[in-house]
Amino acid sequence: MPVAVPLADVISNNLDAARAQMGVSLGWHIIVASLGVGFPIIILFAEWRALHRKDSDALRLARTWAKTAGVLFAVGAVSGTIISFEMGILWPGLLGTFGSVIGLPFALEGIAFFIEAIFVGIYLYGWDRLSPRMHLLSGVPVAVAGIASAFFIVTANAWMNDPQGFSRVNGKVTSPQPLTAMFNPATGPETLHLLLASLMVTGFVVASVYAFAYLRGRRDRYHRLGFIIAFVFAAVTTPLQIGAGDIAARYVADRQPVKLAALEAQANTQSGAPEHLGGVFINGQLHGAVLIPHALSILAFGNPNATVKGLNSVPPANRPPVNEVHIAFDLMVGIGFGLLALSTWLAWAWRRLRSLPTSRWFFRAAVLAGPAAAIATEAGWVTTEVGRQPWIVYGVLRTDQAISTAPGLFVLFPVLLAVYTVLTVATLLVLRRMGQASRLTVVPATQLAAS
Amino acid sequence: MATAVLVFLWFGITAYAVLAGADFGGGVWDLLAGTTQGGRAMRRRIAASIGPVWEANHVWLIFALVVLWTGFPPVFAAVTSTLYVPLSLVGLGIIVRGSSFALRKAAPQMALKRALSPGFGLASIVTPFFLGTVAGALASGRVPAGIARGDILRSWTGPTSLLGGALAVVGCAYLAAAFLLADARRDDEADVVEAFRRRGLITGAVCAALSVVAIVVLRLDAPRLFNGLTSVGLPLVIASVVASALSLLCLWRRRYALVRGTAALAVVTILWAWAAAQYPQLLVGSATVAQAAAPSATLTALVISLSIGTVFVLPSLAGLLYIVRLPQKAGSQAS
Repeated sequence: MPVAVPLADVISNNLDAARAQMGVSLGWHIIVASLGVGFPIIILFAEWRALHRKDSDALRLARTWAKTAGVLFAVGAVSGTIISFEMGILWPGLLGTFGSVIGLPFALEGIAFFIEAIFVGIYLYGWDRLSPRMHLLSGVPVAVAGIASAFFIVTANAWMNDPQGFSRVNGKVTSPQPLTAMFNPATGPETLHLLLASLMVTGFVVASVYAFAYLRGRRDRYHRLGFIIAFVFAAVTTPLQIGAGDIAARYVADRQPVKLAALEAQANTQSGAPEHLGGVFINGQLHGAVLIPHALSILAFGNPNATVKGLNSVPPANRPPVNEVHIAFDLMVGIGFGLLALSTWLAWAWRRLRSLPTSRWFFRAAVLAGPAAAIATEAGWVTTEVGRQPWIVYGVLRTDQAISTAPGLFVLFPVLLAVYTVLTVATLLVLRRMGQASRLTVVPATQLAAS
Repeated sequence: MATAVLVFLWFGITAYAVLAGADFGGGVWDLLAGTTQGGRAMRRRIAASIGPVWEANHVWLIFALVVLWTGFPPVFAAVTSTLYVPLSLVGLGIIVRGSSFALRKAAPQMALKRALSPGFGLASIVTPFFLGTVAGALASGRVPAGIARGDILRSWTGPTSLLGGALAVVGCAYLAAAFLLADARRDDEADVVEAFRRRGLITGAVCAALSVVAIVVLRLDAPRLFNGLTSVGLPLVIASVVASALSLLCLWRRRYALVRGTAALAVVTILWAWAAAQYPQLLVGSATVAQAAAPSATLTALVISLSIGTVFVLPSLAGLLYIVRLPQKAGSQAS
């Protein structure tokens, strides 16, 4: 049939466009959602400090941060909603087939998000309506529900990496076991890694704003306290995250060997495999990489001579795109260690001087640490999502089988991109203006007396 | 068990229609409030009423979506794939509306606020309109089971859909007028009360006219639903008509105490009339509850989770509504 060729063409365009659309929607949401998980915790810490130490600077920080978090929560809530639609609009083959298996954590997330949204309202509008202690307490469900929502959502993604808890008879899903599906082997490593990432992103992003202020000469106690709370929060999380990353990598080595091969651009199965840093993968070979002998075997399996499976262990059609995944992985790890070094700098200065480092270079690096932590999150997410390709459900359902067959789907992506561009510009503009305005306001003395 | 899940689903959709519906209507009135100076009191009322609750109200939609895809996965896939055009517009409308509202509230300068206002207002019309077309597509049986089996344009542009879209927008506007009027009355804003009374009467009359049109449209375009509404659904339809009439009458005679409750009741009863009339068809003519429901292990887990969730969510919601009505302490900043 002559129709067959253009039709196939349209469908393949739809696939690329749908992946791009999902990428933009999720890539945007993951940062805002991470801030939604981390921000309540540092806000509550600042408010707790304000209450117990009668610290007016901490109170002003908590109130300023709460306003920012309120905006981010709102844009996060709406940018998350379109993803629910896209799950069906773009990938009806995923939930249409497996909704009974993996829908439950989404429903639980819905409940957690409900609690979060309600208490965000109570917290933001309760400043002047509740007693200081009650107000502090009303923030606790926000933090707990934020962590719970992120956990539930990531269990669903973990299931896509390590599907279990169902059987299939003639392609039809039978006997779903939602709890088994939710608590699959990937759940532990993945949820831990993402939750710690959320805390790191929040801490470094907030700290970078105050590091910028420091370089601009705003070094009063208020600005220093804002920097210290956020930066210490992130700095403490960083070594934990490196450990969690190691757990996640060992998990991938164990359960998703092809993904590991792509992370490391490991072309052929090899015993005593080296670690590849950087390089470009062309025609099945990695060029320009730095090799650390035996390191991959040690890191992945704890044995210098362990065998690491290469990309050649599966047919070409089942291999993920190597360069994207390898570069994203190296970028994430590189940034992670850079942030660890920066955190160590602070710890060292604190031990020796009992104060912040005095070098302007420390603060310049801290300004960059915020965007860097966000980039590391994006890179980590690209690593796990692109590394799973060509599967949407690893080993079970291919991405090109899950996509909608509706014609014209590719039109959505440019429209969405335009809306998100405006959204990003507007959000950053308003946050910047809020920052400028907040420098001009001071918490009235009555407020402090009340707390 | 499938019926229990369906009840949760429809409860979520009803809550969304009433609560988020009133929030959407608030956006409509914000758009139509007039100049910056002249519309100030109304806009301030709208922002104060919607601000604390709109995010929680919005979650009912997410709730309904996740219950649908977990409990009735093939229906979710069929609806989202065939109706991807209006649903994408709904998704984008929600983003534009929610962000411009939140950013506008946070923006410190008037110029910035003014730039963000049209996004909030226009998206508050676009979003319920397309949700209404989706409801019309489902009610008139234009979404067949299977992935993208329905016509991606004609499925949601039929007479029932266009009527559904129009009714959704006007209905939201009426609900908002009734809700905002009650809030304004509590805070002794006599001018705002009067403004919303006038707007309520106009939109109420338009709603009534559209409902009369609906009788003809549904009869011709959605005969199966029409039969259901005139038999098993009839008591609820009558209840809705009575509640609407009562709401309008109270508004007309300035008996404000009952306006809000009766308006909400009218929406609730008409939605449950639709559900009763269409049951057990989820996709008219191609999927029943029994055919589309997930296996019982999933349904049981879902019902247990939702029941536990309800125990947490409903008291928290009540707490939110109570707290935002508390007076602000003296000497504090307006937040």
